[in-house]
Amino acid sequence: MRGRKGTVAGGWLSRWPVIRQLQGEDGRREAARSARTDALRPRVEEADSVARSVCPYCAVGCGQLVYVKDGKVTQIEGDPDSPISRGRLCPKGSASKQLVTHTGRQTHVLYRRPYGTEWERLDLETAMDMIADRVVRTRRETWEQTHEGKEVRRTLGIASLGGATLDNEENYLMKKLYTALGAIQVENQARI
Amino acid sequence: MAECHPVGYQWVMEARQRGAKVFHIDPRFSRTSATVDRYLQIRAGSDLVLTGALINYVLSNELDFREYVLAYTNAATIVSEDFRDTEDLDGLFSGYDPETGRYDTASWAYEGDTGQTDEMSEGDQRHAEAAGSDSYGARGAGSTATPPQDPTLSHPRCVYQILRRHFARYTPERVAELCGIAPEQFAELAEAITANSGRERTTAWVYSVGWTQHSVGVQYIRSAAILQLLLGNMGRPGGGIMALRGHASIQGSTDIPTLFNLLPGYISMPHAHRHDGLDDYLKREGGDTGWWGNRRAYMVSLLKAWWGDSATEDNDFRFDYLPRLTGDHGHYATVMGQIDGTVKGYFVVGENPAVGSANGKAQRLGLANLDWLVVRDLMVIETASFWKDAPELETGELSTEEIGTEVFFMPAASHVEKDGTFTNTQRLLQWREKAVDPPDDCRSDLWFYYHLGKRIRQRLGAGQVDPTDRPLMELTWDYPEEGEHRDPSAAAVLREIGGVDAEGRPLGSLRELKPDGSTSCGCWIYCGVYADDVNQAARRKPRGEQGPVAPEWGWAWPANRRILYNRASADPEGRPWSERKKYVYWDAEAGRWTGPDVPDFEEDKPPSYRPPEGAKAQDAIAGTDPFIMQSDGKGWLYVPSGLADGPLPAHYEPHESPIRNTMYGRQSNPARRTVDRPENPYNPALSPRFPYVFTTSRVTEHHTAGAMSRTLPYLAELQPAAFCEVSPELAEQVGLENGGWATVVTSRTAIELRVLVTNRVRSLRLGDTTVHQIVMPYHWGYGGGGLVTGDVVNDLSPVVLDPNVYIQESKAGTCDVLPGRRPRGAALRALIERYRDG
Ligand code: SF4
Repeated sequence: MRGRKGTVAGGWLSRWPVIRQLQGEDGRREAARSARTDALRPRVEEADSVARSVCPYCAVGCGQLVYVKDGKVTQIEGDPDSPISRGRLCPKGSASKQLVTHTGRQTHVLYRRPYGTEWERLDLETAMDMIADRVVRTRRETWEQTHEGKEVRRTLGIASLGGATLDNEENYLMKKLYTALGAIQVENQARI
Repeated sequence: MAECHPVGYQWVMEARQRGAKVFHIDPRFSRTSATVDRYLQIRAGSDLVLTGALINYVLSNELDFREYVLAYTNAATIVSEDFRDTEDLDGLFSGYDPETGRYDTASWAYEGDTGQTDEMSEGDQRHAEAAGSDSYGARGAGSTATPPQDPTLSHPRCVYQILRRHFARYTPERVAELCGIAPEQFAELAEAITANSGRERTTAWVYSVGWTQHSVGVQYIRSAAILQLLLGNMGRPGGGIMALRGHASIQGSTDIPTLFNLLPGYISMPHAHRHDGLDDYLKREGGDTGWWGNRRAYMVSLLKAWWGDSATEDNDFRFDYLPRLTGDHGHYATVMGQIDGTVKGYFVVGENPAVGSANGKAQRLGLANLDWLVVRDLMVIETASFWKDAPELETGELSTEEIGTEVFFMPAASHVEKDGTFTNTQRLLQWREKAVDPPDDCRSDLWFYYHLGKRIRQRLGAGQVDPTDRPLMELTWDYPEEGEHRDPSAAAVLREIGGVDAEGRPLGSLRELKPDGSTSCGCWIYCGVYADDVNQAARRKPRGEQGPVAPEWGWAWPANRRILYNRASADPEGRPWSERKKYVYWDAEAGRWTGPDVPDFEEDKPPSYRPPEGAKAQDAIAGTDPFIMQSDGKGWLYVPSGLADGPLPAHYEPHESPIRNTMYGRQSNPARRTVDRPENPYNPALSPRFPYVFTTSRVTEHHTAGAMSRTLPYLAELQPAAFCEVSPELAEQVGLENGGWATVVTSRTAIELRVLVTNRVRSLRLGDTTVHQIVMPYHWGYGGGGLVTGDVVNDLSPVVLDPNVYIQESKAGTCDVLPGRRPRGAALRALIERYRDG
């Protein structure tokens, strides 16, 4: 990279990138610069903290650096230390800041009552209690102690399907809890 | 690979720059095809003809790596005289029962191996009915340790000779006729892979769901395994068969499975009819020789991790607390259970079956018939909103006011809002640090299940505990809570997974696991991930500060070994096969195996070690046997037990195919699993109504069912519309215009897509027929907060499954194509009915 000082003599007009580019300077180099761009600083410089993370899309497992300022994610970049990715990210990995911060993300619990035509809001604690009640009830109602004369101790009334972006720890607690509940129809994207 | 695993593909490009020759074999021309030495377009669903012909080429020209094959594979092993091959039975192996469509595998065994022949054994019917073959993710099926052998390879019943006869009909002419690959192209490929294998060189194969999503998918992979074993490419640097997995932790989701038939570490769920009690279970689940002979230690340690002090020797460590299988409880069986009303409640967690699973309509009909549904995701995906926007509302098959399903949408935390590990495609666990707290009601799945479990336990523990609730009440469920949301500590969960001794100190490796209940470990293959009380998966020594194997970046299972079976990188005496391919080898002076990787072998077992009579577990594995998870220590060219559809791969056409199988008198895999129900109608094979072949695919800019990509402006803009790619010939034949619309029809439904006409898709000439192929990326859906929307491609696919692992055949089906947009409402139903009725 060349020096940061202005290279063209004269007033502000002659330093205006448009003029310089029209005069034949390369618009992808020095002539793209202005006082404003010179004053810009990369977001990553101002971060309060950087978390070492991993891209959530495919299974290559590219390393990511997640930059945080004031409790918000400000940038996600490839981790140059990673022997897998050497700092690179593909379009999906590069877009993952948007995945985390975009406005379309749903951040509240929604509830649709039976035969309902619209979503309703529900607070998180209430929803958790309602779900726990339903698990207990359905499990009781569909409990199967024996099947064709054999002990099976299970319920076929409750099933689960998980995605493959779940953490190992999450899958582990899921399988542990479901198994203790006697729910066996526990499946994952890994089948598909 | 360039398309779906782009950053991994940089290494292929580097290898190519250094002289590696790269072939790409695929029905569709992608960014990979554009950057390789040779692209071979293949008809979807014909791959086994090609790999079979490569095997035949190696065998008939005796190009196998003979020293490797003799020492490390079961080539010399003699098979039972009861075995009959597809050569003898016109496309069937011995033991087939036409009534049930299942095999009795007894006759496939090694000579004299009668231990595996009863009805309860591995590979037999009950085993097959619960996807038993899935349990071989970390070990082989049981066999005798020292079956009879003929090292001259001339015995007519030795594996080598069986292979020669079996693959003789797989010729370049068949490849041309069934795959559409010309004999010169085949010759170039065959010469390249054989010239590039042996002492000095190795060849790698890479596959993905283009090989697995077939009714004969497991045998596709098996054919690659045979080829790589014959060429001596397993356990060596630059060799192997790389399964490129599509999701951040899909490998982890199989290792610590949320799968119906598995417990963590590929331990089978017990089956009510196959297993009575722990001892009986362990007896029937594999051989006593090889590392798997230690399975009591793995199982007991898991039970201890789950039921702690309640699990004792006297009560079989609470083995009876595990619920029992009685058959297929897989994803598609569950959906049929929803339609039938037996499944009442459903949790869908980071998954979108209304778009991502085969036969989307059946999925949505199932959702509409539940009592309650919990969906956890970042976005309100189609699986959550089906009652509002499913295509079946428009056709009148469903109506919002009549759908009784109660739906809870629970917003999830993103990958930067929680800590935890992903296991990538190379079995590498990488810990993610949490960057920020999740917003509003968003929570991790760890939080959700932990707090749900607590609430359920509160409810059940209120009075006298019912005996059926004891597994829950005695479950170890006390993780430290952190932060304002009282998140359970993910590190504590990983520590439990990695295993501890009786004093609660983390274990160093799986060799420390004990069968007596003095250790506990949530997943034996992950044992050691918390060795020295350090989160090994969080290690981040920069690549510049360590060699290319990078053993201090993350942690790979098992025991941080980066190349499996790496003892095979040395010759039987323990010397590197060549200086160029030196990796793990025996250091006689130090009396140990050494090299840049952790040896996948007992470190101090010399090459000269021979097992004493009656030895068990690893003691039964000779110093020359690299495949330590197999009962006989050998790489299996021929699989004497454990598979549901044959000991050898055989080419069968996809369930829906426009081409007759000219290899055998059997059109499709005789053991494939069909779901014969009105919700899942099939296109008849060879039907003129469905003359074209379709396959589904992905593009770089989107991710699977799209919830994480079509919702993002950057990515939506890069790939804005659902499309089908067709050849100019097909476009002309049907009347399709580039940029216009096409309607693709199967017996399930019809969908509309934008048309992309390119020369990249060629129409294949097979003998005197021409086959047109249609390629469709499947990332779009009608809702889900997508900034770009489109019809659901998976709605076209049938539910027909591989008999070993129950994966659906979504990579090769048949269809018709019409110009223009599809009909709406009742007219759409009428169209499909016309097609169905012919
Ligand atoms: S950045 Fe791209 S290649 Fe890397 S893990 Fe993410 S999706 Fe895969």
